[in-house]
Amino acid sequence: MDVLTLSRLQFAVTAMFHFIFVPLTLGLSIMTAWMETRYLLTGDETWLRMTKFWGKLFLINFALGVVTGITMEFQFGMNWAEYSRYVGDIFGAPLAIEATVAFFLESVFIGLWIFGWNKVSKKVHALSIWLVAIATNLSGLWILLANGWMQHPVGYVLRNNRAEMVDFMALITNPYGLIKFGHQIVSGYTVAAFFVMGVSAWHLLRKNELELFKRSFRQAALFGLASALLVALIGDLHAVEIAKVQPTKFAAMESVWETKRGVGMNLFLLPDEKNECNAIERLCIPNMVSMLAFHDPNAEIKGLKDFPVDLRPPVMPTYLSFRAMVGLGTYFILASLAALFLSYRKNLEEQRLFLTLLVFSIPLPYIANQLGWIVAEMGRQPWIVYGVLKTADAVSKNISTMQVVMSLLGFTVLYGGLGVIDIYLLAKYARKGPDNDLSGILKTEGRA
Amino acid sequence: MELQITWFVLWGVLWSVYFMLDGFVLGTGFMSGFLARTDTEKRVLINTLGPVWDGNEVWLVTAGGATFAAFPTTYALMFSNLYSALLLLLFALIVRGVAFEFRGKIDKPSWKSGWDIAIIVSSFLPALLFGVAFGNIFKGIPMRNDFVALSFNYDGGLLSLLNPYGLLTGVLFVLLFAVHGSLYSAIKTTGDLAQRAGNMANRLWLPLLVVAVLFLAYTYPATRLYDNYLQAPLLLVIPVIAVASLLLVKVFAAQGKLHKAFLFSCLTIVFVCFTGIAGLFPNLIPSSLDPGSNLTIYNSSSSPYTLKIMTVVAFIFVPTVIAYKIWVYRIFRARVTNEDVEQNSEAY
Ligand code: HDD
Ligand code: HEM
Ligand code: HEM
Repeated sequence: MDVLTLSRLQFAVTAMFHFIFVPLTLGLSIMTAWMETRYLLTGDETWLRMTKFWGKLFLINFALGVVTGITMEFQFGMNWAEYSRYVGDIFGAPLAIEATVAFFLESVFIGLWIFGWNKVSKKVHALSIWLVAIATNLSGLWILLANGWMQHPVGYVLRNNRAEMVDFMALITNPYGLIKFGHQIVSGYTVAAFFVMGVSAWHLLRKNELELFKRSFRQAALFGLASALLVALIGDLHAVEIAKVQPTKFAAMESVWETKRGVGMNLFLLPDEKNECNAIERLCIPNMVSMLAFHDPNAEIKGLKDFPVDLRPPVMPTYLSFRAMVGLGTYFILASLAALFLSYRKNLEEQRLFLTLLVFSIPLPYIANQLGWIVAEMGRQPWIVYGVLKTADAVSKNISTMQVVMSLLGFTVLYGGLGVIDIYLLAKYARKGPDNDLSGILKTEGRA
Repeated sequence: MELQITWFVLWGVLWSVYFMLDGFVLGTGFMSGFLARTDTEKRVLINTLGPVWDGNEVWLVTAGGATFAAFPTTYALMFSNLYSALLLLLFALIVRGVAFEFRGKIDKPSWKSGWDIAIIVSSFLPALLFGVAFGNIFKGIPMRNDFVALSFNYDGGLLSLLNPYGLLTGVLFVLLFAVHGSLYSAIKTTGDLAQRAGNMANRLWLPLLVVAVLFLAYTYPATRLYDNYLQAPLLLVIPVIAVASLLLVKVFAAQGKLHKAFLFSCLTIVFVCFTGIAGLFPNLIPSSLDPGSNLTIYNSSSSPYTLKIMTVVAFIFVPTVIAYKIWVYRIFRARVTNEDVEQNSEAY
């Protein structure tokens, strides 16, 4: 394998690993902040114990999100030097802004939140978790504007042998980036909602702390339903945007080979890349793809055959990932709807089958997130900046195969080990349940 | 023109503030093996770092991001040319971050002592590597860049960084951070631990002075940093402040005025960095092979438009960040005691 293939693999491994932890952070920070706010307003200690319990899980997850992020920041220069030199003028800006605007806020106030329980007033303490929540979501905004620019470059000219920024406003109002941000944060909320529902379900099945976990469950069900609906809604907008600006990705997502008007959607479909057609096409919903793409049943869809072979992305993974993501999205809407409904019934803890289902659903939103990135990033190939720079021209030329072999191996082993430990600790503390001992905090608040 | 110079200074500020802040985290980290005797003492040390280490590390992320945005060509070549060294650095920083968080999560001696070793190694390595990397940057790295034909070649490797000057700078950084971290530990803890840390800082000061003098002397034949000083002697105030601060560290440490000693050790680190950075100007990274290959603030910077945007962002947000950081540092200004960590279930 060459430097290019290895670097791509390494980027995929490290980005996907970073993205195991990020979505939960995005959503759980908000949920924890909400719980602490309820405590602040009502003085009800159950809210406080919820804050502490979910907050602890939040922190175990957060640690790995942080350390894997540094890798991301360095990797563009290390493995993608040609890319960095060519587009740094415009791509570097959102990255630097993310650090100054979001990472500082997040890292400073997370410290205050963890260690400040009896050092600042209750209000300031609750404020600090809100600042963390806002900052994590802000960091998502800037990084997705950066990624959105790679997907749909705007506001630049090619000059001095590189892409130079000429319109910062265009960069930060890039519809592609903004839609991506919208879709991304609500998919993070979905992860958090199913995480909280799943862990609560586990305890409800064991009849632990019924009051606390029923409350968590209901909050998560509501949050989950809202996010799952928004994920689908914004996802649909996303597909429309892609049909407009990335025709090759769209054709691969739906595996459309021939350019036609009024393209239908086959519920069962298997692409055959070699023969440039679909091996299986069954149960067609007429005009559905055209409808999805342009909200017009007779719109014309460009087929893959209209593009030279070397400008097409890998069809199979793009198509399968997209299908699976959408399928999972549908499941999340139904599951959170049912959860919300049941959470209003007295005997939630008796719904053993459904609760068990929710425990096993914890990984599914994570998988949907990863699949979404496969659609986004594989579907963009062979471009690293769509229509501007090919991935093959972006890789560093001054590093050796051996170096990348070592780094890829190192990351795989290190991340693998840390991932196992982190999941073990999350499971351990999730099972252990909330602490009963709040004396330390209540004492300093003068209430014990 | 102007903006490139502004960004050069800002670049220097970001790196030196990073070294000043993470310096005491790294220093406390690898000195914890010598300073703390019991599990409680180890926890005390980690808890003095708990509220601040991540915020300090973000200066590194920002320094990296700012290099990317303001000097993309330097970002590209610096990070790819130093690939293996940066990789080791990343691994160390990753382990250090999780070690703080994970150590207390399982109450088993073997688990804890494993992470204790991890903290020592993963704090020592970055201190050494940053020193080695910056030593080599001062010296110039073996690259040939043709900015017209866009061909960039590097003929070094990890081992070529381990030359005497690079290693000396590495040792300098390790000692700077060791003293810095010991002083921090001394002013943030109580009892025996604080006593031991203060003594340690006093004892390590002389070796630090010796290495610092060697470094200043060896810099003359090994690098071209002094050229700028010969041309503009006014710049000499920077190394003079560095040396004066270093002397004051000892003056105050010997009297037991450790807060003042720590303050001057902050200044020492910032001015040592700026001694190098002022000598580099207008280069960001010189080439050791031919001056035409130097990465300068002119041939590697972003367009004036991007620099302008980034300047506005930096001038709004960097002071804001500094303001709330100072506020949070003040909230945590109290010393961490044994009882604190034993009673608080939130502590690391
Ligand atoms: C819980 C996770 C989740 C769920 C249920 C869905 N998505 Fe998604 N999707 C993501 C999580 C995600 C993501 C991880 O957030 C991605 C990856 C890249 C990005 O920005 O968002 C994404 C990307 C992504 C893309 C490609 C973006 C690009 O190429 O830049 C499209 C077109 C959609 N989604 C559309 C949908 C639709 C129509 C869904 C219907 C229900 C859907 N997604 C459900
Ligand atoms: C928003 C920030 C991101 C940026 C700027 C970004 C950029 C890149 C770059 C430079 C590459 C390597 C070149 C290439 O193969 O195209 C890449 C590939 C890849 N990225 Fe992303 N990425 C981002 C986020 C993510 C995330 C969060 C994930 C996963 C969870 C992801 C998944 C992948 C995958 C799977 C590849 C390999 C695709 C292939 O080589 O075929 N990316 N991305
Ligand atoms: C490929 C590009 C990416 C880079 C360069 C990057 C960089 C980083 C860095 C340096 C950190 C650590 C900050 C700290 O020390 O506190 C971090 C954490 C984080 N990143 Fe990323 N990141 C990337 C992709 C993403 C994406 C796509 C998102 C979200 C949509 C995201 C959201 C976050 C969040 C929320 C955190 C907070 C900590 C956590 O994840 O638990 N990042 N990232």
